[in-house]
Amino acid sequence: MSAHADTHAHEDHGHHHKETFVTKYIFSTDHKMISKQYLITGTIMGVIGIMMSLMFRMQIAWPEEPNVLFEALLGKWAPEGVMDADIYLALVTIHGTIMVFFVLTAGLSGTFSNLLIPLQIGARDMASGFLNMVSYWLFFLSSIVMISSLFVEAGPAAAGWTIYPPLSALPMAQGGSGMGMTLWLVSMALFIASSLLGSLNYVVTVLNLRTKGMSMTRLPLTIWAFFVTAIIGIVSFPVLLSAALLLIMDRSFGTSFFLSDIFIQGEVLHYQGGSPVLFEHLFWFLGHPEVYIVILPAMGLVSEIMAANSRKPIFGYRAMIASILAIAFLSTIVWGHHMFISGMNPFLGSVFTFTTLLIAIPSAVKAFNWITTIWKGNIQMNTAMLFSIGFVSTFITGGLTGIILGDSALDINVHDTYFVIAHFHLVMGISALYGMFAGVYHWYPKMFGRMMNKNLGYIHFWVTAVCAYGVFFPMHFIGMAGLPRRYYTNSNFPLFDDLADVNKVITIFALVGGAFQIVFLYNFFVSMFFGKKATQNPWRSTTLEWTTPVEHIHGNWPGELPTVHRWAYDYSKPGHDVDFVPQNVPLKEGEEELQH
Amino acid sequence: MTALLTILVLVFILIAIWQMVKIFDLSQVGLGENNQVATDKDNNLNGYLMMGFLAFIYIITIVCVVKWGDLPLLSNSASEHGPGIDNLMIISLVIIFIVQTLTQFLLHYFAFKYKGEKGKKALFYADNNTLEAIWTIIPVITLAGLIIYGLFTWTSIMNINEEDDPIVIELYAQQFNWKARYAGNDNTLGDANVRLINIDKANILGLDESDPNGQDDVITSELHLPVGKPILFKMRSQDVLHSAYMPHFRAQMNCVPGMITQFSFTPTVTTAEMRQNPDIVDKVANINKIRQENSKALVAEGGEALDPYEFDYLLLCNKICGKSHYNMQMKIIVESQEDYEAWLKEQKTFKNSLVTN
Repeated sequence: MSAHADTHAHEDHGHHHKETFVTKYIFSTDHKMISKQYLITGTIMGVIGIMMSLMFRMQIAWPEEPNVLFEALLGKWAPEGVMDADIYLALVTIHGTIMVFFVLTAGLSGTFSNLLIPLQIGARDMASGFLNMVSYWLFFLSSIVMISSLFVEAGPAAAGWTIYPPLSALPMAQGGSGMGMTLWLVSMALFIASSLLGSLNYVVTVLNLRTKGMSMTRLPLTIWAFFVTAIIGIVSFPVLLSAALLLIMDRSFGTSFFLSDIFIQGEVLHYQGGSPVLFEHLFWFLGHPEVYIVILPAMGLVSEIMAANSRKPIFGYRAMIASILAIAFLSTIVWGHHMFISGMNPFLGSVFTFTTLLIAIPSAVKAFNWITTIWKGNIQMNTAMLFSIGFVSTFITGGLTGIILGDSALDINVHDTYFVIAHFHLVMGISALYGMFAGVYHWYPKMFGRMMNKNLGYIHFWVTAVCAYGVFFPMHFIGMAGLPRRYYTNSNFPLFDDLADVNKVITIFALVGGAFQIVFLYNFFVSMFFGKKATQNPWRSTTLEWTTPVEHIHGNWPGELPTVHRWAYDYSKPGHDVDFVPQNVPLKEGEEELQH
Repeated sequence: MTALLTILVLVFILIAIWQMVKIFDLSQVGLGENNQVATDKDNNLNGYLMMGFLAFIYIITIVCVVKWGDLPLLSNSASEHGPGIDNLMIISLVIIFIVQTLTQFLLHYFAFKYKGEKGKKALFYADNNTLEAIWTIIPVITLAGLIIYGLFTWTSIMNINEEDDPIVIELYAQQFNWKARYAGNDNTLGDANVRLINIDKANILGLDESDPNGQDDVITSELHLPVGKPILFKMRSQDVLHSAYMPHFRAQMNCVPGMITQFSFTPTVTTAEMRQNPDIVDKVANINKIRQENSKALVAEGGEALDPYEFDYLLLCNKICGKSHYNMQMKIIVESQEDYEAWLKEQKTFKNSLVTN
């Protein structure tokens, strides 16, 4: 198959394609352009998502105080500048949705799977460029629908990003459960279609289009991560789609999948026999694997960047693959840990505690392997490397508290408190965001042919790193003090008055950290046009993407596709003069490929 | 005007960054074409910053523990199963603290120690099965211990022993308040369904008016519990999901429309005793100091001063349920058996609370 594709693409390459502005920049089927489209859409969504979080953080720190920013941005939802309680919940909901799906799923996986899969396995493009284009445009459409939901009369979806029915099913329960929720569901249906098309494409491409010599055990860990992520996506996203469809049926066609015995606003509704717990099962069957869909690509990027910048092979290549596979497998049988106190049978709680805590083992293996990778390295402190170290740091800090939340007995008292917020933001939010930043800084020269400014990168990293801890570390403690999440204000509970100062500190860190993302945006957009021209292999890396010319061409390599002779991690290999040997360099006489 | 100011501020920020970049560029003249790649100077600086960051992580941990770690909620549980959860929590926290301190040290120290230098070559070290085995087995053992301890604790909390003859109380959730229903002398709750709600007759929880078990049920909006008696809570919700969260008792269970969920615990400390607890006394004094400060500001603006705070157990809603989710609470009073019985006698039974016409 791979040889066939090779010759085929090669013929294609002979023709001179006439490209118009539309085919090159808009309806492009080139994976490199599509990856840039994903990145830029994801970045814009990220700016919106982070702005939302800053607004509701200000409400938490200075509850019900007038704020000109609210007045300007929220309009009728902030009469006289005081944020409305409904819009607070809507901001929380849309922030979660945007960050999890639009930024950290599409923006991260969409960008780097598209960019790196063909380039690192030595393929001319994705298996289906057309499907790839459709995938992006479905994502774009779903983003538009999600953003447009912010402008509907009764407000956007506000039932939390988990949209548990009946709250999300009944327009009379909450303003946001009307048109806003309909648009949310439509947007997610489009998003899932996009994600499935993308994932199928990634799987097929990795399996079929690897260049000569690129066996599965020579693949860089990035590709392994994207490959397994795509499989998890294919397994779990359809379940969310079915949950969304059933919810649409309940909302619009009077079925009772998730609803039963409801009395609201003075009347009994006709629903009978359904169960909200069923929705929770369906939702978390995707919802939990989703956090691995978010974090695995980041792990892949970080593994690659750590090896390249430590000038050392990744430690325990096989163990890294095994742990990716173990995490992927376990991720599909742990969803119940979100539901310990949902009313499901307590015995199920025991089962899910067991499977959940098992996931800590492959995660620990990965963390130790990264630490050993930098041990006795020759660490090049490029911005991407700083974000990778930051990733490992937040992944450990956030991951460790998972053994509290995964333990059903302990979950009873910290469930749905700020402890949970602290945990998942560190372990999958901030970590995945760091992975994404690391990826952008590292592969920027490949994407745009120019370098990002390193000093701005350093400023961006250090301020972000300090602020991220400043925001999320203290949250563990207010969670242990019993403060529930998603409270518009805590002023009705004198019990929590002594937490007001922590909340102010957290918000100040958030505002500073948020503001310094401008440094990144400046660096990102300005470097596109005015950055220093990149050399072909600026980080002196071994993988195949750095053997392509700096200027993007259709088909990636002029002439023949490269042949692979070694694994992706021959850094500082004894017997070589330089400290890296690219994958396409044949073994020297007498040189042995490492048994990995 | 605000918009204009915002735009101006943004423009100034962008100009400031642009000027900064120019200064950076000037300091890098002569580094050749690859001048956005880290140099030895960068490696050195960032290596030291890594150690600084390690210190920052330790400091923020210490500050958080010292300032906010001594939360009375963590150490003063008011239920029989509470200390079991708290012990497990403390063991888990200690393990987390040790692992966190060590791994963060290794990570940041290695980043500092092995910062790059021109001409140095890294160690080619790709694999070591012994090491891999060690850091697989250690987590396996630690987690096995935690899993077993956790499962025993969980099972003992969730397995409800009917032989203890618990007092049955229904917790009923609606947007946005709580009701409690006591089972009365027969200790059996009458059948109920939201379809039977009849506001005109004041049958607000939808009790079956013909069920003899329900006639002596008592509906209240405060939750009184006798100390030392096992309580079996039956949870219902009439509209959306809610969660009955009683943090002082280490108790929480969702209230799900269309089904009855349950949770059981035995309160061990009365409200009056808890108010005497030195930790709680300190906490209340601290909160009242904060409230006095806030009151001063409020009064200065012409508002009313805040009421002083007195400790009470609370039932909070902990599942997003709509606009007023943040204010859905019920007071819990734990008292002696006699006080409890006296209070219960004063309440109207369901039979007597119905409006007949």
